[in-house]
Amino acid sequence: MDYKEFTYPEPAGLADAEYGEKMILNLGPSHPATHGVLRLKLELDGDMITRADPMVGYLHRGQEKMAENLTYNQFIPFTDRLDYLAPLCNNIAFAQCVEKLAGIEITERCKAIRVICCELSRIASHLVGIAAYGMDAGSWTVFMYCYTQREKLCSIFEVLTGARMTSSYARIGGLARDIPEGWLGAVNAFANQFLSALDEIDSLITRNKIFVDRTAGIGIITKEQAMAWGLTGANLRGSGVATDLRKDVPYLGYENYDFDVAIGATGDCYDRWLVRIEEMRQSIRIVRQAIEKMPDGPVNVEDPKISLPPKDNVLRDMEDLINNFVLITQGPDIPAGEAYFEAENPKGALGFYVMSKGGGVPYRVKVRSPSFISLSCLQEILPGHHMSDAAIILGSLDFVLGECDR
Amino acid sequence: MDVKKTLLEFPCLKERESADGIKAFDCPKSHLERFARYLRDVCQYNSLTDMASIDMGEEAGEARFGVVYHFFSHDKKRYVRVVCMCDSSDEPSLPSLCSVYKGADWLEREAFDMMGIAFEGHPNLHRILMWDSYPWHPLRKDFPLCGKEAPLPESFEGNEDAAKVVPAPENGGPFHSPSCGTKFASEREPRARFDSSSGCKSGTSNSHIHGL
Repeated sequence: MDYKEFTYPEPAGLADAEYGEKMILNLGPSHPATHGVLRLKLELDGDMITRADPMVGYLHRGQEKMAENLTYNQFIPFTDRLDYLAPLCNNIAFAQCVEKLAGIEITERCKAIRVICCELSRIASHLVGIAAYGMDAGSWTVFMYCYTQREKLCSIFEVLTGARMTSSYARIGGLARDIPEGWLGAVNAFANQFLSALDEIDSLITRNKIFVDRTAGIGIITKEQAMAWGLTGANLRGSGVATDLRKDVPYLGYENYDFDVAIGATGDCYDRWLVRIEEMRQSIRIVRQAIEKMPDGPVNVEDPKISLPPKDNVLRDMEDLINNFVLITQGPDIPAGEAYFEAENPKGALGFYVMSKGGGVPYRVKVRSPSFISLSCLQEILPGHHMSDAAIILGSLDFVLGECDR
Repeated sequence: MDVKKTLLEFPCLKERESADGIKAFDCPKSHLERFARYLRDVCQYNSLTDMASIDMGEEAGEARFGVVYHFFSHDKKRYVRVVCMCDSSDEPSLPSLCSVYKGADWLEREAFDMMGIAFEGHPNLHRILMWDSYPWHPLRKDFPLCGKEAPLPESFEGNEDAAKVVPAPENGGPFHSPSCGTKFASEREPRARFDSSSGCKSGTSNSHIHGL
């Protein structure tokens, strides 16, 4: 790879350009094909990309710095703003990491609810991912069909958390509240109609000649490249590496669910599409199993030092009032140490590294964002492709800049 | 991964306390690159999954800055954590792992940007999240939460037609804090922890956090 800084040449009329002269094209940070505020500096030889320099940071908000100044539960709303297409997953991943550090064992009911939340978010995120990807390839219909389904999911999230996107649902040691009455029925109704809708989306585009011509053989990421760049999630599995953290490093009791891991064969854009479509079907399988065996019992751990006591008790009982006050103002006391946890999120493995020196505020929080890693490999993947393929490759990687820039 | 064999191969390594079940080592700076190669080639840790730069504060002396590496093996489905501290707090530096793991490229640029750790041998070491002319390293512990004043970034380099960067109207919007009559963020941000370095005034809200 050639890292030499390339600069804009003196502006010259096209007619004056010498044969073989390279053109520098600036794509973004505001461009419909970059799916957010991504800026790409491309060096073009005619229509061919010869060098690519992705530039990120336009949505940098300093979340890791803010985390060092907030209690653990106060940071959870900030995780909504990482991958804002699957906020529930992010909430749960952060809570899981802190629970791992503190050695908190959450209840079985909480685990099952978290699994449903994660899988529904995965479907919602993949729907947006393939919608935008399909639109990049020229299919507006798929976009509308996907958004119709996602709209139903957003309504389900709204009933559960009170918000369509900024859910802030998980808490250290449990959840903000138990599921409302009749919610599982709504999820079940969604699952029943979703598979046929997905088949419709699938049949619209997966065998479409225009789509196959534009994606098959384009943007190939080999197995070795994918592992060397540290890709995760559907982008890694599209390249044929069968790593799924739900199966390989199980958390939330995923080892008790029956589902398959979809992998690609060549690692091109088409494979990444197929993997995402199949993952949604598998998610529905997991959701159905979770609904079936939804255990009864509390959702929060019964430790007054970790989770808030019921509001009724706070108003009546002195001790609960004190616990409530201490938890809200100082945060749960997490023992000193460090923990790293990666969750299999829709965009890839979202990792949190938390270092604690005791007390309710973390000493250091590092967010390992899968979108950041996916974008870093563009400098190797894009060169050698036509300019028109760049939009397809970006769409197939399914990244979100809120998570990349943090 | 056989811990005994690894420690025999690298006597300079020290086992590190681990609360989360991931095997952890402290590695001296001089052996980091060789150890990373050993992890990749012998122990099949094919991916560098994360790099977290850390600042242990001024009380840590020369070993103030460091990086926590996490490697993942797609064959064994396991993580390993390697912590490497810099040996100078004024000019912290570590060897670059770009030649071992391609994914280290952006992760090292981020650590350089946020924590100011230079990576020797990195082919393209410049800022990634902040703009190139930004003077500070925001994740250092002596950098205040409210930020420090910095000149605005220049417009796209060499392009005369590019839009110029101008300050946001109404100082970033009327909704940021109740007392936006003052000029700088550092004067109105109520939650800053490090008062001495920025001249911030501590507000009343969340003041319990300041004592920690």
